[in-house]
Amino acid sequence: MMIRGTPRWLEISLLALWLVVNESLAPHHWLLGLLFAAPIAYLTRKLRPRMARPRRFGLALLLCWHVLWDVVRSNLAVGGIILGTIRQQPKIGFLQIPLELRDPHGLAVLAIIITATPGTAFANHDPNSNVLTLHVLDLQDEATWLHTIKHRYERPLMEIFE
Amino acid sequence: MNVAAMPPWLALPAAILLIAGGLLALIGSLGLLRLNSFYARIHAPTMGNTLGAGCVLIASMLTSSAVAERPVIHELLITVFLLLTSPVTTMLLMRAALFRSDHEYQGESEGEGEGEGEAP
Repeated sequence: MMIRGTPRWLEISLLALWLVVNESLAPHHWLLGLLFAAPIAYLTRKLRPRMARPRRFGLALLLCWHVLWDVVRSNLAVGGIILGTIRQQPKIGFLQIPLELRDPHGLAVLAIIITATPGTAFANHDPNSNVLTLHVLDLQDEATWLHTIKHRYERPLMEIFE
Repeated sequence: MNVAAMPPWLALPAAILLIAGGLLALIGSLGLLRLNSFYARIHAPTMGNTLGAGCVLIASMLTSSAVAERPVIHELLITVFLLLTSPVTTMLLMRAALFRSDHEYQGESEGEGEGEGEAP
């Protein structure tokens, strides 16, 4: 499944999805999965002609692990903040982060990571100045958030997608 | 295998995960009640969506694998779909709130003036 040296990730992931849904690696499921994946990928390709070219899958796995860990940690942190509202409301605020990442797929993944982590939510991205605006529930020290986004998420995403 | 015949070393972690998932979702919903501004409340339900759902799904994988006596991994797909869809609604709400730039928002020192100039 290669086109001009680029693997067709959409077909591959749809086929994988089909196989997981059916919980089977039998030949007829491969065939049905291909019959399902190929037309959908063909029809949707016109909606988004620009294809992602992810590289460095080891780094991607490491990033997934970091995100998973951060999600667990921030869940506990946000839980603590909510239970602490009896005493005081959290200090909320917006945070602006200048980005170097330009690839639209990388930016989409960054937005998903930020929004999926409790305590931070994607607010805006200005494509001209490439500045990301976040909303943070617990804005104690901006430098830590900035460092986390820039080094923990943005750097690996740049290496994966650019 | 029957659910009642599940070995304790499997039933116990599944039960703990279910309770943890339920508690996380409950605290997340409590946040909707307790937090006093829209921008703070937007963070609360993410708890039930991420770790809360994750705990319940792992518990489900454990019990259904034990009952079916083979590995059941459907639940991974639910995780993937939650991860892809729930940020969309959060961003939609966030953008709508910023677009309306309501009173709570203007009261913020940090985000003063951000509501302007970003209407598409």
